[in-house]
Amino acid sequence: MRVCAQQPAPAKPVVVQPGAPGKPTRALPATTKAKLPPVAKADVQFMQGMIVHHAQAVEMTALIESHTENEEVRSLGARISHSQADEIKFMKRWLVSRGQPIEMTMTEMHQMHHGKMSHEEMMLMPGMLTAAQMAALRQAKGDEFDRLFLTGMIQHHGGALDMVKDLFDTAGAGQEAELFNFATDVDSGQRAEIRIMQTMLEKTPSKEKR
Amino acid sequence: MNQVYTVTFRLFVISLLLWLCFPGKLQAQTPPAQEQAKAAEQKKAEENPFAPEQARPLPAGMTGSDANDPRAKLKPGLYDAEAIAKGMKHILLLKKPGPFQLEADDPSNPKVQKTLGLLGMSDTSKIPKPFQLVMAQLAFANSDLAFQRNHLFQGNFYGVSIYDISNPAQAKLVTSMVCPGGQGDVSVYKNLMFMSVEMPNGRIDCGAQGFAPEPPAKAGEENKPTLPAPQKERFRGVRIFDISNIRNPKQIAAVQTCRGSHTHTLVVDPKDKNNVYIYVSGTSFVRQSEELAGCSGEAPDKNPNTSLFRIEVIKVPLAAPQNAKVVSSPRLFMDSRTGVLNALSSGPTHDSQKPNVSDQCHDITVYSEIGLAAGACSGNGIVLDIKDPVHPKRLDAVNDPNYAYWHSASFSNDGSKVVFTDEWGGGLGARCRPNDPNKWGADAVFNLKDNKLSFAGYYKLPAAQGDSENCVAHNGSLIPVPGRDLKVQAWYQGGISVMDFTDAAKPVEIAYFDRGPIDPKMLVLGGDWSAYWYNGHIYASEIARGLDILELTPSELLTQNEIDAAKTVRVAELNVQNQQRIVWPNKLVVAKAYLDQLERSQALPADQITAVRNAIQTAESSRLTRGRAKLLSFARSLKESASSAKSAVDAKRMQALAEIFQRPVK
Repeated sequence: MRVCAQQPAPAKPVVVQPGAPGKPTRALPATTKAKLPPVAKADVQFMQGMIVHHAQAVEMTALIESHTENEEVRSLGARISHSQADEIKFMKRWLVSRGQPIEMTMTEMHQMHHGKMSHEEMMLMPGMLTAAQMAALRQAKGDEFDRLFLTGMIQHHGGALDMVKDLFDTAGAGQEAELFNFATDVDSGQRAEIRIMQTMLEKTPSKEKR
Repeated sequence: MNQVYTVTFRLFVISLLLWLCFPGKLQAQTPPAQEQAKAAEQKKAEENPFAPEQARPLPAGMTGSDANDPRAKLKPGLYDAEAIAKGMKHILLLKKPGPFQLEADDPSNPKVQKTLGLLGMSDTSKIPKPFQLVMAQLAFANSDLAFQRNHLFQGNFYGVSIYDISNPAQAKLVTSMVCPGGQGDVSVYKNLMFMSVEMPNGRIDCGAQGFAPEPPAKAGEENKPTLPAPQKERFRGVRIFDISNIRNPKQIAAVQTCRGSHTHTLVVDPKDKNNVYIYVSGTSFVRQSEELAGCSGEAPDKNPNTSLFRIEVIKVPLAAPQNAKVVSSPRLFMDSRTGVLNALSSGPTHDSQKPNVSDQCHDITVYSEIGLAAGACSGNGIVLDIKDPVHPKRLDAVNDPNYAYWHSASFSNDGSKVVFTDEWGGGLGARCRPNDPNKWGADAVFNLKDNKLSFAGYYKLPAAQGDSENCVAHNGSLIPVPGRDLKVQAWYQGGISVMDFTDAAKPVEIAYFDRGPIDPKMLVLGGDWSAYWYNGHIYASEIARGLDILELTPSELLTQNEIDAAKTVRVAELNVQNQQRIVWPNKLVVAKAYLDQLERSQALPADQITAVRNAIQTAESSRLTRGRAKLLSFARSLKESASSAKSAVDAKRMQALAEIFQRPVK
């Protein structure tokens, strides 16, 4: 119709991609669709390793009920146990939905540790308690348990911080949004918990004083 | 997803998990073994990582959200979810533009399969199809909003969408700007647009390819330690674009910071016409110093120059914005007497909530006209003196035992109150379930007097939401209804809620909009990130679905006059975190709004309300000059009534009404 012809046709939306500062902006085809950044092997291994790492925290907190009456330690333990269990679920989801196994193969573990470790050491992620440390924790009661638990969990959490740092220091890793978010969260959460536990540890009677 | 699909999908997930857990064939079994298997299966169901988190019992003395609210049980769907509104009307959903959607909407499309292959998925046929669609949505999540004249800027983890909203009911996409790096928080100032980037896939050149993983180790070198690889092309910080041509934004500067920029705040110093400033809130990991000199994630006692425990201030010279740079890194958490950088303790955390160190701000709202800013800084809410914007000084800090993560802040228009939000669960968790205490993940309204904050009351979305709906207090803005403090706010999949916090101790809901969950059984990230009022409409950025446009409608809690009075306020630009004082014109419709409020609170006798209304009507229907004398006489009596009014709020309304009657305009 002639009436319509007088109206300028509304301009179609454009798709553009800017360049580096000072460089021109490129036009992209209207059919452009989003692309995901690559998932690195380090991303998958980080998740697999963190599941193992978190599982030990849950195992440690399970001892609290029968080993100490310290209310502060008990409520800290409940919180750690709950949040780590939730995070384990998240990590499993992340792996399963990407068609990845939730456990690392032996070969991969060897490669990760550059083949310089015993089997037992290899099963441990950074900061995890050794079998001997876990045994000592199981045998301790009361103040002694509190002390071992807090020092152990500080060590354990410190390892998680190292794992996050290693992840982001690896070329091409940590670019996937959900994983980035999660790793950032682990970093800040564990950092804060370490601080809380250090304060608690200062209040815990040490072996010598008893 | 339709119902059949959903059921199939659920079966799929279950069978997938069973397949993961029992790869072997199940043997014929004796009864005890059968029972064991049943128990094992039950345990597996409990451990199903795709099942939503279970809410824990309500702590003693706490109450939860209302499970009987009509919003609590809406039918699910991505684009076809059941929706419900009260006191507002949904007028348009613009679906997320193609460039911010994965390769195709149809999961059986080979292109999708190919994309998933690129993700490193070995066998995509093993993954339930709807799940393939939603598993990587955060990478393309819509985020915050900014406005300028007839344009709306919607941030996205993957870029920015620019819409023409000259006719909101027929809003149109103008530009999709591809530039990944998350979160894509946006601000606009004249011909400049600012954008936050924090993720490691951000590239200086806006490239979408991210960074290639390291090549596999050469044979025989598998055990050689790999060194961290600083990326010179990586960008984390604040990008600056020239938007003189809205269809062709041009990057003119990219200011790198150590933690990147999770959010940022535009700061305009009323005394400085030559520059604007950007407050950068970084919340993620500190990059290596090899990538950006001087960055350090060490504790303050180990390194006094740590990149933690600070924000950055970028100075943007308006004559040469390409020269923007970081000019200061204020230590907002410092004890000024001792010089200790981490002087703020993060308050107590409630049960099951991870604690937070206050070594970062998540978001800062500045109110330059009163020289103050309110910061939501992880474990604390803080107030800053920003009269010298490059050197903000902390005036006060508060904790709250019910607060998990201090997330954002906004002032009341008169600066006497601050509303903080608590992003308990990070926005990715369902936190509005019937068993979630309504003091957790809520707004907290504080009074602000003599630069000191004092707690007044909580407000949480009253309606319970399902356990597959991520929900918690999130971004909102004031609605410029004169005589009341109203805030429209996004609650992720809890929808949109309008809160009246005129009485800081008793905030109440006056309007809402909500949709059912994206998926009934699995938490799929979505819902409204921000809901802001701009020149007469409510615009909401829906993470997964697109852009929502809504309109307020009159109800017993908000009259048409009040809505019309709000519409008299027009701004040329809106960046919600750079708060501007709202000033109302002396229009008679504004007077009518005050009058409705005085009637609602029964502050004036009914016959007087009627008389004043009649006088306004006369003034409206004739020439204003003829009705003026009558209005003037009411002005005098209203001032008298104000001096004896029962409540300070009503006294202010009468005063404001009297002022309009002294100098009314049509």
